[in-house]
Amino acid sequence: MSPELFIQYLFAGITYGIIYAIVAIGFNIIYNTTGIINFAQGEFVMLGGMTAITMTAFMPMPLAIAVAVLITMVVGALIEMVFIRWLQSPSVLRMIIITIGISILAREAALHIWGESVRALPYFIGNEVTSVSILGARISPQVLWVIGVCSLMVACLSLFFKFTSLGREMRACAANRRAATLCGINAKNMVTLSFVLSAGIGAVAGCVMSPITYSDYEMGPGLAIKGFTVAILGGLGNSLAAVAAGLLLGIIEAFSVSVLPLAFQDAIATSILLVILFIRPHGLFGSSEAASLKEF
Amino acid sequence: MKRVLSSVVTAVISFCLVAGFSPVSAAKAETIKVGAILAVTGGASFLGGPEARTLEMMVEEINAKGGINGNKIDLIIKDSGANPEKAISFAKQLIEEDKVFAIIGPSTSGETMKIKNIVEEAQMILLSCAAAEVIVNPVAKYVFKTPQKDSHAVEKIYGTMKDLGISKIAVLTGNTGFGNAGKGQLEKIAPDFGIEILASEVYDKKATDLSAVVAKLMANKDIQAVVNWSIVPAQGILAKNMRQAGWDVPLFQSHGFGNIKYVEAGGAAAEGIIFPAGRLLVANSLAEDNPQKQLLVRYKIDYETKYPDDKVSTFGGHAYDALTILMAGIEKAGTDKEKVRDAIENLKGVPGTAGIFNFSPEDHNGLDINSFEMLTVKDGKFVIYHK
Repeated sequence: MSPELFIQYLFAGITYGIIYAIVAIGFNIIYNTTGIINFAQGEFVMLGGMTAITMTAFMPMPLAIAVAVLITMVVGALIEMVFIRWLQSPSVLRMIIITIGISILAREAALHIWGESVRALPYFIGNEVTSVSILGARISPQVLWVIGVCSLMVACLSLFFKFTSLGREMRACAANRRAATLCGINAKNMVTLSFVLSAGIGAVAGCVMSPITYSDYEMGPGLAIKGFTVAILGGLGNSLAAVAAGLLLGIIEAFSVSVLPLAFQDAIATSILLVILFIRPHGLFGSSEAASLKEF
Repeated sequence: MKRVLSSVVTAVISFCLVAGFSPVSAAKAETIKVGAILAVTGGASFLGGPEARTLEMMVEEINAKGGINGNKIDLIIKDSGANPEKAISFAKQLIEEDKVFAIIGPSTSGETMKIKNIVEEAQMILLSCAAAEVIVNPVAKYVFKTPQKDSHAVEKIYGTMKDLGISKIAVLTGNTGFGNAGKGQLEKIAPDFGIEILASEVYDKKATDLSAVVAKLMANKDIQAVVNWSIVPAQGILAKNMRQAGWDVPLFQSHGFGNIKYVEAGGAAAEGIIFPAGRLLVANSLAEDNPQKQLLVRYKIDYETKYPDDKVSTFGGHAYDALTILMAGIEKAGTDKEKVRDAIENLKGVPGTAGIFNFSPEDHNGLDINSFEMLTVKDGKFVIYHK
């Protein structure tokens, strides 16, 4: 394999990987505060992209993206307040079914609003044929945007959870909800906040990836499956592990093309998910002891 | 309270009875029910959407003119979302419950192949809007199709390659019925034109990025051109990934590329794509004496006036042809299903959007290779390809 080809595969892999990682982090944030998997996470990505595309008709693109992200965050908050907040100690299964319902609802709504056609945001820099040369490989500047923006988001999130009191309160809820409540933290608000955060980062990812992958009303479930695989692979609840796992899966997928027929690309993620669930259900980076204490 | 409730229930039931049954008795046998199974949503929505809109437009027009031989048309559209399982259940529903006269669609080849036997057993006329040749080869008595054959598309593409001196190619196909059928034809016909397929890859119909496989193919310096065969948005994604990687070999697409939305989605990367298609997309630049011109221009104007947000596409044209052929059959033979089938089988010289249809008991497609024109994309528009 020539060095150029290697770099080319590597960048393709990092692009897939970082997108999966963002979806996985969305899963993790909500998992940490509620203990459930929000299967509507892929729909947040879709909503962000689609809303931004509509908004570009009325305002410049950076503003449109900002508005789209805000709208998606509001939608995230509304979903939590309407469907989750008022439930009295709901079972995990019940909440998961609710999120699946929400994802179907969101998709149908999007179908009615935007119709069935595939859309895309314009490229942030240049157009469909622009590329930059990196170590002999040629890469679309949008790929660098995706990698840059997503890395920045991951960094900001880690800082937020480590150093702000709000972030610490959210982590406290994740560690022990009852103890956190006893310390005066409003756990319900933390759950709402986690939906807002997840919706926000999903929407940002949906916007930066749109020029590359296109956006349509049913892009959510595919992303959710990959993101879920990555979240499990890294260990549920661990966001930095999700980044590592996302990059790992993305790079494996990209390089698999050189040895396996392309048709097997998606089978790889599913196979990894199954293997991990059998061998290390707590993930590559999680500890089995911590996992055994959790309900799900 | 109980009494109020029961009277409400009675009222509702009697309302339902009145509303549900009276139109049937009023309509008698004067309406012809035409079923349509189309992928209005989902990955093949660029096909099913225009097809459904075209049928609605045409039926409205036919009924406004008093119907066909005095019979009004009742159009029942089922949205399969390009899902073969749904297509099967809709086909059964249309045959057994709605008792339709004929079925138009499905939009995709995979769905059509799944219901081919079902309609054949039910002796139901099917006018498929899907392209794969296997739909009418071997011939099934009740199954017809309106898009051009994929073998003709392949011959047209290979012919153009020969003119350009291209002999070593890579083939990419989507994992749909259309993609699989196209792959088969590409591989089968290649030796006849002295073309060697150096690499062949299949991608998922929901693929969102093909840069890795482009990198792999690009590393093979012998490849002189790429043929992509699919009906999914990946047609645009592949073009973008190839051009971004700086790979500038000619890109050929199938006749599945005939919707200007694919060009819009591909943007600058779609420039120079070469593909075979019917003449609908270049209707205005045809010679005045072309037998299809009048019909093509009228359909284009009608469609784009009724649906100002949409541009005419070859797919809507396939539905246009399907209904036109069915109407021609009914006009000739009345409302007897068997007689209409026989009439369709013997239709000759019927101009449609895809070409001039000449059906026969051996040929349930009725189009020859001349129904294709090689087109290319220039400044975001379809134009006739000249070497």
